[in-house]
Order: sequence, then structure tokens, then C-alpha cells
Amino acid sequence: MAVQKLPIAKAINESLRTALESDPKVLVMGEDVGKLGGVFRVTDGLQKDFGEDRVIDTPLAESGIVGTAIGLALRGYRPVVEIQFDGFVFPAYDQIVTQLAKMHARALGKVKVPVVVRIPYGGGIGAVEHHSESPEALFAHVAGLKVVTPSNSSDAYWMLQQAIQSDDPVIFFEPKRRYWDKGEVDTEAVPGDLHKAVVAREGTDVTLVAYGPMVKVCLEAAAAAQEEGKSIEVLDLRSISPVDFDAVQRSAEKTRRVVVVHEAPVFLGSGAEIAARITERCFYHLEAPVLRVGGYHAPYPPARLEEEYLPGLDRVLDAVDRSLAY
Amino acid sequence: MTVDSADSTAAAQEAQPPRKRAAAKKSAKKSTGTTAAKGRPELVQLMTPEGKRVKNAAYDKYVTDITDDALRDLYRDMVMARRFDAEAVTLQRQGELGLWPSLLGQEAAQVGSGRATREDDYVFPTYREHGVAWCRGVDPTKLLGMFRGVNNGGWDPNSNNFQLYTIVIGSQALHATGYAMGVAKDGADSAVVAYFGDGASSQGDVAEAFTFSAVYNAPVVFFCQNNQWAISEPTEKQTRVPLYQRAQGYGFPGVRVDGNDVLAVLAVTRWALERARNGEGPTLVEAFTYRMGAHTTSDDPTKYRADEERASWEAKDPILRLRTYLEAQTDTDEGFFAELDAEAEALGKRVRDAVRAMPDPDHMAIFENVYADGHALVDEERAQFAAYQASFAEEGA
Ligand SMILES: Cc1ncc(C[n+]2csc(CCOP(=O)(O)OP(=O)(O)O)c2C)c(N)n1
Repeated sequence: MAVQKLPIAKAINESLRTALESDPKVLVMGEDVGKLGGVFRVTDGLQKDFGEDRVIDTPLAESGIVGTAIGLALRGYRPVVEIQFDGFVFPAYDQIVTQLAKMHARALGKVKVPVVVRIPYGGGIGAVEHHSESPEALFAHVAGLKVVTPSNSSDAYWMLQQAIQSDDPVIFFEPKRRYWDKGEVDTEAVPGDLHKAVVAREGTDVTLVAYGPMVKVCLEAAAAAQEEGKSIEVLDLRSISPVDFDAVQRSAEKTRRVVVVHEAPVFLGSGAEIAARITERCFYHLEAPVLRVGGYHAPYPPARLEEEYLPGLDRVLDAVDRSLAY
Repeated sequence: MTVDSADSTAAAQEAQPPRKRAAAKKSAKKSTGTTAAKGRPELVQLMTPEGKRVKNAAYDKYVTDITDDALRDLYRDMVMARRFDAEAVTLQRQGELGLWPSLLGQEAAQVGSGRATREDDYVFPTYREHGVAWCRGVDPTKLLGMFRGVNNGGWDPNSNNFQLYTIVIGSQALHATGYAMGVAKDGADSAVVAYFGDGASSQGDVAEAFTFSAVYNAPVVFFCQNNQWAISEPTEKQTRVPLYQRAQGYGFPGVRVDGNDVLAVLAVTRWALERARNGEGPTLVEAFTYRMGAHTTSDDPTKYRADEERASWEAKDPILRLRTYLEAQTDTDEGFFAELDAEAEALGKRVRDAVRAMPDPDHMAIFENVYADGHALVDEERAQFAAYQASFAEEGA
């Protein structure tokens, strides 16, 4: 039987294990990914089973990690690199944006750089600064990169498989505060398209568009709203670049009211793009402007304030009410 | 006399009177050409792990003023730093702090270097420099705010010339270099110290800091605490040459000092700071030491390192070493140690009380100090946030 109940971190571990087993060109690279198994234990046991040549503890240098992964990819490998925390990807941002994203185009399509950059992201774990950020829009804005994020164990397992198999660079954001949430993983299932959105809950009154760590919050909000007689649909975007706008449109036309929810700052966040597209595509179907719930235009605050900063049930429900009030 | 670059540079410097910065600028090229050690890395040591004072022709002259009283002061600093650190670890275990990076084992490296700095020098720390902060006169309770999660810094860097802790590895090496470039432009004779770890030495920022500091002959001391580990990765995963030898490739001297020997660290750092003040440019000091605890309270070192390793370093404990010396070679009596214990306990209590009394920040703090000149979007979001918060108060009423 191939169905197991796994926490997200373990599902990613299994996914990496499967990829390492099935393709000798797959490599896992990063800081502390070896003996320690990563600071979140996502790579636990992999070095023991696949050796130091396949599961590589790198020097403490993110530009080096991504830059050498690009070189390895040019040589035919498929590196899956781990950035320890969201806030530490920026030393590598130059390599990702100026090199990784553009190489395929610059080489007239003659070279492929199938690098996966795994980044645990988002807040809610009470960490110090640089450990809680949601920089997905900074990557989604860059052509040449694909940006995805699972919200549950099954997606964590399958989307990572698909990201590794993709010939394009994929930024794989992992919702770190959900690492320990368990869910079913069927390792023999036929997975859906990596870039298709999924309706996580059907509803008729308002659509909540979310991804990664906020899907759970939105599902809880939908359950709470149900008690007040409101029927909320939750769309799990899964892919932030490209966005499955057809799915967004379908849901928007069905419920006529949309609230986009993410942890990242609202200003110029991915919600802005989604709201603009909905307006373009289904202006005449809407009963209310598309609303957004997310972070503020302020640095991610110290841990004792993150509950105020992160969109929680109340803020989502408040936006639902505002939408319904139009 | 050792053959490593630092010694030869120190010796060369001894032959010349201290130069004014302007004069040194002209001769900068000449003064930075040094040779690194060949073969076995030398370790500057003035006191053995058994607490025996050893002679060192190049560095003894930097600590001739260190009387028994001054040694007791250094001892006190190390004991206080360790006591403070232990209290923070306990507070983390009790849930009062979210995280704590312990300095256990690195007291000599921090106190020796911290005490070598002058008031007008400027220090750029990473996140573990609690002992340096102590020496700079920063109230230790201020260090705890960011680890408790009530702020992202917590002190005014200019009040003690001690910059905020830097969590992104190696970034501050460039800030220190730039600050030092400014010091040189101003014609001042202050020096700057950048702290970082052996792991951080792999970062591009650190390499770039080395380049800039050498090119602009910046008065900066790179103080690398090689505590043997970068979380789970040993130093061999960062470098294949002894770290201090890297400096040679950039054109400035590097020296490895026994980081558990507070006197040697003091001497070597004073030498490096003097070079900076004299306009002779940057120096890399590698303090060879050991992180006796976990990387942080979130880390589990049993996953990657053997207990025997720690045991072997415990024999080199920096505090024990100086205590053995003080007891055997000076007239330090039991009373001194007993008083110090009491003082350390009082510090522990003060820290404990201060942390427990530390209030959570006001919600509106999210929007404070985002910009120096203000910003319309922040104003708008602040107002929306305030209205939203107020709606709960109304509901509650
Ligand atoms: C750019 C960046 N990458 C990764 C991290 C995560 N991280 C924090 S401390 C650390 C190890 C640092 O080791 P070292 O520089 O030797 O200093 P030590 O903590 O041992 O004093 C790592 C990998 C970080 N803070 N910044």
C-alpha cells in the first residue's frame, strides 16, 4: 500500500529519497543537510543512505551554493539545493536572478538549468529576524523562474518530484510552520499538473485564494464562516508562477467575491497581480472589489508581534464580511 | 620566534616608529606585503592550558602593563560573561527566550579582543558576541530583547560603538570595512573590529570585505572566532588552508592565536589594532577556540559531533586556565573568587528579573521606524491597523 500519513517535512524527505533513488543525476546540496539532516531534519538520513557525493554539505555560502548548482546543472546534474531560511536566500539572489533565471533564454534554448531551490518560508514559529519572511513575489517577478509552494503533505511529496523533473529552475517554497502537520501521501497516485490550482473546499458565497501556510488558515476560516451560514470556497493556488488564472476565474465567476490571502506584504505582493487579473477577466461578474489580506509594509516584526502581523482567522473573516457587505 | 606572517610583521613594525596615517598611505603597498606561515600553523600562546606563562618575543610587549590586578579583571570579565550566558540558556529553557546562541568556551576570545579595543573604536559583531558586548559596556539585558522576540535589535549602536547583532552571516564584515574606510578618510586613529565565525569566512561578503579593506588600507581587524563548527559543519567544510593564512592572498597579515588564552588574544588584538591605528591596514586574527555548547538552543550537537571532542577542549577551558595561574602564580586569595561568585550570581538574578519584567511591545510598534522620513503607505496601513484593533476593544466593551 502506498498511502502513508506523513508530516510535510517527512513527505519532502521521502520525495527527495525517491528522486535520489530514481535518478543518479539528482543531488541534494546545502548547509547542514548531511549528518544533521538539515536544521528542520528535512534531509534526515539521506546522506547516510546516498553518501556524501549525492547529499552534499556545502560551505556556508549561498551564492556559492546556487552558483555551483548552476554549473552542475550545465553538466547534466539535477541539483536540489536547500537554503536554510527565507532570509538567507539573498546572498544567492544575484545568482538566481541574473544567472539561473536567464540562462535558458540567453542560450537560445540550447541549455537547461534544472535547479530546484528549496526555501523554508513564512512566519509563525517565533524565530528571530530573517527567519520568517515570505519573499515569493521577489522571485515570481523574475521571468525564467517557476515558483511553487505546497500546502499539504501530498503536494509536498508530488510537487517536489515534479519540480525536480522540470527542466526549468523552480523555486520551491516550503511553509515551515506546517512542516509538522500530517496528511496522507499516496506515492503511487497520478499527480495533477504542478501549476494547476486546486479547490480545497467548495463554496458559493466568497472565494478565498491562498497558498502555502495560509491555506490552512483559510480552511479554518471557511469552517468558522459556515457556522454563521456563509459558504466559503478555498482555492489553493499551489503555483505562484505561473498562476492558474483559469481556476481563479472559474471560482471568481462562481462566487463573485474574492479575497486573496498571503503572509507576504500586500503592497506589490502576488495578491496584487491576482486581483488585477480577476478584474480584467471577470469585471462584470464581481459583486465586490477583490480584497487582499496579508502583511504590512514594515519589516517582519519581532516574534512577540507576529500574531498581529500574520493574517489569522479574524482578519480573513473580517475581509469576508467586508466583501459580503458590498 | 614563530615564522608566521604576524610575527614577522610585528617584528618589522618594532624596528620602525609608529607612522602617521598620511605617511603610511604612501607606503601602504610596501607594508602589506607579508608572507604566511609555511607548514604547520603556529598558534600564539602566552599561557598554557595548565596555566603556565610562556614567553613570546613578538607579543609579550603588548601585555607588559597587565599586572596581576589586570589579570584578575580579565578573569572577572570572563566569569561574568559565562554567568550571563548560562542565565540566558536557562531562561531559554524556561521559555522566557525564544532562542539563545551560547558563547560557552569562547570567553577568552571575546574578552581578550574586547578589552583590547579603545572607547572610540567600533565593533561590528555577529550574534554570539555577548562577552565583547560586556567589555564594550553594553547592558547585558539589552542583548536579550531580540532573543525574547520583543525587538529586532534593542540598543543604540552608537552609545557604546557596538553595532547591532547581525544574523545574516558575514554581512557585517563589509560594514566594518566601510566604517573603517570612513575613519581613515576622517584622519582619525580609531580602529574597527569585525567579528565572524569560521563558517562565515566562506561567504562572498567576507571575501569582498578582505578585498576592499586591503585595497583601501582600511583600519579594520577581522576577528574570526574559529570555534571549529558552523552548526553541524566542521571547519574542513569551509576551508582547506588554516583560516589565518587566507589573509596573505589579499595582501595583509593573518595570525592564529590560542583563543582560549585571554592574555594571548589581548596581545594579538592589541597588535592588530595598533597596525590599524598606524595606518598599516587590515589584519586577520583567527582565534582558535571551541564552542562547548550547542550552536544555539535549537541545535542538537549529538547528531554530528563526538563527546570526546568536547572533553578534550574542556581541558583547555579559558577560565580554568587563568584561575590556575592566578592561584599558583599570584597572591589571589579565596576571597576574590568567592566575591566574584557572589557578583556573578547577582548578575544572573538581575538578568533574570529584567527579562521577566520585559514588556511585550505595543502592537503599533510594527509600524515604528520603518522609515526615517515617514511614508504614506505605512501611515495608511498604521491607521487601518489601529482601527481594526480598536474594533475589538469596542466589541469587548
Ligand atoms: C547567510 C546566512 N546563511 C545561513 C545562516 C544560518 N546560520 C546561522 S549561524 C550558522 C553557522 C555559522 O557558523 P560560524 O560562522 O562558524 O559561526 P558560529 O555560529 O559557529 O559562531 C548558519 C549556517 C545565516 N544566519 N546566514
